[in-house]
Amino acid sequence: MSDIAIRVDGLGKQYRLGNLVNGYQTLRESLADLWGGLIRKPPDLSAKQTDNVIWALRDVSFDVRQGQVLGVVGRNGAGKSTLLKILSRVTEPSEGCAEIHGRVGSLLEVGTGFHPELSGRENIYLNGAILGMKRTEIDRKFDEIVEFAEVSQFIDTPVKRYSSGMYLRLAFAVAAHLEPEILVVDEVLAVGDAEFQRKCLGKMSDVATQGRTILFVSHNMSAILRLTEETLVIDKGRLVMRAPSAQAVDFYLSQGYSQEGQRIWRSEEIPASAAPFFPLAVRVVNQAGQVADTVRSTEPFFVEIEYKLTAPIAGLRVGIYLQSPRGEYIFNSFDTDDCELYDRFGTREAGTYISQCRIPADLLNEGRCVIGVNASSFRVKRYFQDEQALTFSVDSTGAPGTQWTEPRVGLVRPRLDWTIKVVER
Amino acid sequence: MSNRAEVVNSRNVPVLMLRPSKGWVPVNLGDLWRFRELVFFMTWRDLKVRYKQTLLGASWAVLQPFLTMVVFSIFFGGLAKMPSDNVPYPIFSYAALLPWGLFSKALHDASRSLVTSSHMITKVYFPRLILPMSTILAGVVDFGIAFVVLLLMMVYYQITPTPAVWLLPLFLLLALVTALGVGLWLSALNVLYRDVGYMTPFLTQFWMFLTPIVYPASLVPEQWKVVYALNPMAGVVEGFRWALLGTQTQLAPLLAVSVPVSLLLLVSGLFYFRRMERLFADRV
Repeated sequence: MSDIAIRVDGLGKQYRLGNLVNGYQTLRESLADLWGGLIRKPPDLSAKQTDNVIWALRDVSFDVRQGQVLGVVGRNGAGKSTLLKILSRVTEPSEGCAEIHGRVGSLLEVGTGFHPELSGRENIYLNGAILGMKRTEIDRKFDEIVEFAEVSQFIDTPVKRYSSGMYLRLAFAVAAHLEPEILVVDEVLAVGDAEFQRKCLGKMSDVATQGRTILFVSHNMSAILRLTEETLVIDKGRLVMRAPSAQAVDFYLSQGYSQEGQRIWRSEEIPASAAPFFPLAVRVVNQAGQVADTVRSTEPFFVEIEYKLTAPIAGLRVGIYLQSPRGEYIFNSFDTDDCELYDRFGTREAGTYISQCRIPADLLNEGRCVIGVNASSFRVKRYFQDEQALTFSVDSTGAPGTQWTEPRVGLVRPRLDWTIKVVER
Repeated sequence: MSNRAEVVNSRNVPVLMLRPSKGWVPVNLGDLWRFRELVFFMTWRDLKVRYKQTLLGASWAVLQPFLTMVVFSIFFGGLAKMPSDNVPYPIFSYAALLPWGLFSKALHDASRSLVTSSHMITKVYFPRLILPMSTILAGVVDFGIAFVVLLLMMVYYQITPTPAVWLLPLFLLLALVTALGVGLWLSALNVLYRDVGYMTPFLTQFWMFLTPIVYPASLVPEQWKVVYALNPMAGVVEGFRWALLGTQTQLAPLLAVSVPVSLLLLVSGLFYFRRMERLFADRV
């Protein structure tokens, strides 16, 4: 029994729906509730629980052996982060219990508590203390942290003058030099460039080989496959599957569990100036026709924009900007780029439309992609623009070069023709 | 009974049980002790950052009470001829403005401490008590700077401190305990109800008039003395004047009420804070 690091039994976390919407109650509302409670009969509790409450996590049980690296995958809002927050004591469970053997270090977000006005040196100490390190421990690891972050020249400069890359490296470096028995990591690799990601993954493998227990949440399936032996699949707050990582990732990708992949604009998000153009939704659709948050780079997929016109628009073009999470453009394309389509849809009548773009296989590299949406008539009017309408992940499993486990740099990962000519033998 | 029983397993690794907590939760002193360095770092951060990009820097710590004293001296001391227990009005009011400044700043900072650190609360575990505590401690440094000016004023007015001056730290402690008690209530309430942000300046202003800052406590009618003493800051301010300037005041009956009230505020604040702590990450 002594080799258990984490035992989770029937864990659940409940949120009141009102809290999610408002964030907080005002005193007046609370007093009104109190007053209402005094003069009226107490409301039926069972009804209240089903109406106003959502379970971000429910009935989750598993255990983790000491030294195991366990992956956790699930679409956005599936409850992964809630699970990690409970295990790292940020929030309390609503039911069930968790047994934690050892000190937990959490990497829920790098740079927590970093202060822009303070220097790199000062932030290392501050952030270390927030993460639970002793002063002497930080003293001991200080040089190592600075070296890992590659910021030694700027160590006494306020971090507000750092580039975003330097900032991230420093933040990760502090967190990575924690020495807890259990490390929980949430999506820290989603940020930063390929070089940084390579370094982080390397550091994490080091940590894993030191016999420490890691719980690793990521949308990056390659990282999951590279780092973990076993993976949990979580969907709608429930534990759906626990299996060897290859099997779990395959299940996750093929079952459409990664299905988020859609953004529906609420009416209040659409500026009045957009009329008569009303965007309805943008979605990523995989080859099988499912809306998906993660697509495979080896398969073609579609980006669809659904919109409504309440009056005819002449010369309308609806298009997408594909960008990296750091805002680098990959490409920009419009539905009437093709002259034949441009002629056919010179003026679009009132009605509901879907503009669909097919993104070919073997184009994008692994990582997150951001879709921006634009609807305009060239040199006449820009009806609607949303720079970050939707994000999705590209998974490179099976892409050219994946026999080597290193990440590939760049935003594209084309399948190119190579020839090898023997000049002399 | 603790909801988080901490035991040690056979590998000599501490085992932590996480389960829903119910009702009142005792203060986890062990945890607070383990994170004691964080209190120091957070206080240091507050100090370091506070006067960044200001022209006058730490002299603000002196300017604020000093200029207030000047204004009070002109209007209350000069024009309104307010009695000042036979010491010059400027030093009479400045000696009161020091602990009051510490207290009102502590209330302001502590009440906002959790809300302004929401990004930390939702990402990392540490005893949340550290946040209001460290903001209050940061105020002590400002107090120290402003105190030097008080000493210079005493030299100027040729006032020698009374033999009771060594009791001064105890009055300072009373101010800190009161500030922490009220600060804990306000900070926890502020997470749930942002009304606190609007209420605190008003509360502080109101409280200032209930504290003998512009006037001596001796002005308060005899039959109201006990009610008046319910404000622990009355005891603090009168104590400061008594220990430093040797004013004649009936301190004992004042403190007999002020000290228990202050402790009651602290204990109730601690328990309310701990009870609400489980909601912070979800509600902040």
